Amino acid sequence: MNIIDDLILHSPALIVAIPLLGAFLTPLVSRINDKLRNIFVIFIVLFTSAIVLLLANDIYSLGGKIHTYVFGGSAAVTQGGFAIRILFEVDGLNIFMALIATILAIAGVIYSWSFMKENTGLDKYYTLYLLIIAGMFGMILTGDMFNFFVFLEITSIASCALIAFWTNKGKAIDAGFKYIVISSIGALFILFAIAILYGQYNALNMAVLADKIQFSFLDKIALAVLITGLAMKAGIVPMHMWLPDAYGRAPSSVTLILVGATQASLYGALRMIFTVYGGSLSNTLNQIGDVNIDLNLLLGIFIVALALVTIFIGVLMALKENNFKRMIAFAAVAEIGYMILAIGAALTTVFSATDTGTGVMALKGGLFHILNDALDVGLLFLVAGAIYYATKETSLNRLGGLARNMKYTTIFFLIGLLAVSGMPPMNGFASKLIIYESTYQVNPILSIIAILCSILLLAVFVKVFHSAFLGPKQSRFDEVKEVPKSMLLAMGIIACIIIFIGLFPNLVIDNIVQPAVNAITNNSNYISNVIGGI
Amino acid sequence: MIYNIPYIAVVALILIGLYAVIFKRNLIKIVIGITLIESGVNLFLITLAFREDSIAPIYRGSGSRIMDMSLPVPHALTLTSIVIGVAVLALMLSLIIHLYKHYNTLDASKIGREEE
Repeated sequence: MNIIDDLILHSPALIVAIPLLGAFLTPLVSRINDKLRNIFVIFIVLFTSAIVLLLANDIYSLGGKIHTYVFGGSAAVTQGGFAIRILFEVDGLNIFMALIATILAIAGVIYSWSFMKENTGLDKYYTLYLLIIAGMFGMILTGDMFNFFVFLEITSIASCALIAFWTNKGKAIDAGFKYIVISSIGALFILFAIAILYGQYNALNMAVLADKIQFSFLDKIALAVLITGLAMKAGIVPMHMWLPDAYGRAPSSVTLILVGATQASLYGALRMIFTVYGGSLSNTLNQIGDVNIDLNLLLGIFIVALALVTIFIGVLMALKENNFKRMIAFAAVAEIGYMILAIGAALTTVFSATDTGTGVMALKGGLFHILNDALDVGLLFLVAGAIYYATKETSLNRLGGLARNMKYTTIFFLIGLLAVSGMPPMNGFASKLIIYESTYQVNPILSIIAILCSILLLAVFVKVFHSAFLGPKQSRFDEVKEVPKSMLLAMGIIACIIIFIGLFPNLVIDNIVQPAVNAITNNSNYISNVIGGI
Repeated sequence: MIYNIPYIAVVALILIGLYAVIFKRNLIKIVIGITLIESGVNLFLITLAFREDSIAPIYRGSGSRIMDMSLPVPHALTLTSIVIGVAVLALMLSLIIHLYKHYNTLDASKIGREEE
């Protein structure tokens, strides 16, 4: 067996272990030289990304392949039938999310090089940064409920410390405190739900749980508590109030990785709903008064309602916001709304036998939008960070005429603006079109609201573009220069991917999104991969 | 009934904690609320570990009744959860120290309201 095969075999463990090791080596390397430390961190992230790509290649080469990695043993279930071993299970959905996290991590560390240069305490900054990356990958790849909770907490502790990184600003600390309160309560809710499930089935393994689940009354409580906890972490209205603060006050490079951490929670919700509960959602009736209603329908309608509120509130708050980064953060709330709109729409239809592909299409749109949102919103945050770096201004009222001094940043902002508001030929258009189409088949009103809010989002960003980049030259900004190369490079990487996906959406959908959709809809495959090995 | 007392305590702890987090304005009290929720969840995990007629999982040579032992997984989970809880608690308290230095108050409604 050659080394590449070995790497692929152990890749799920390595993807988490390498950033974790790197995180704790960073302070040591930092003693030698600052530049060496930056190179070391970028090397760690690139190495991790290479392993993710190897694993992705392995997963995609065989359709429907699931890579199961059991820690400390060969089979997931021990003698006597105890499913207590920790395992990582990687299928199309996991690797899809891991690829998103990879892009964000690479862009984030490259951007940090110049953006954070003038700060002190950078050894701690990079340690926490790598810890978030490790936690994020852990959340995405794990196949064990309790393990998911642990990685969730690692991610939230590290991100909280980074949100409050600029401790000279009171508002940043306030944002960090809000974030840790919400995320630790959310995580405790998740742990409570895990405990309910463990109490009934003696298992923590997602696949074993999905196999054994009976859909008792307690399971329904656990599902509700789980979704509440994950919705808190994912920033869905009415638990969104931490998100604009955290996104807006954190350094831009941190915000980028926070977008990934938020989406990892969204992934958790998808995994719980569709894989753990998926098999029994459709044939479980729920009695409300005298009416029997399918649970998946109930859950779907509930999620769609939440999604519409999320989109509305996100867009409306973005309209009246004056702080650049907080405004983008509200737009990010709206974008999360689009994803869960598609997921909710899919839930109502995907399990029914008479479904003619609407559910699968909605799922495709929703998952594709997760990728696109990470890139679009991420790029906008990086641009906002670049403007802050160059001018030290955050309020839109005091900006103006920057297109003269910062022409590359202006172009990147224009790309992000068009992408986030769903304009062709950017990637946001491709995924939003699928979401409109599929939600139209569920209920036309949904797609009308979605399109309307998308237009409002365009209005918001055109306003920003006008007030920050156009307009008369301001003498205060005469000295403003284009941002350093590393920041341009990070923005350029994301902008290139945005344009590439926008031009060839089918290529991405067929090769990356479709396997993820197959993985979600086919949970028996996921189960048999673990149970079959007894 | 006696077996249900821990579950009642769990629900009570979690509800008291949630009440403190939602309605109290003092940051320290919010932190206490979170700690209460955490204790509730930990107590829940520990309570789940006990099954009727099971014995403590202490292995004592060949004569042990292995199949009667309760599975020690929840204990491991609780330990992990306690450790995480301590880290979160320390982080929250250190943030509160910083907040107090900036605003000279622990009232959540007076924090972070200044104009930029």
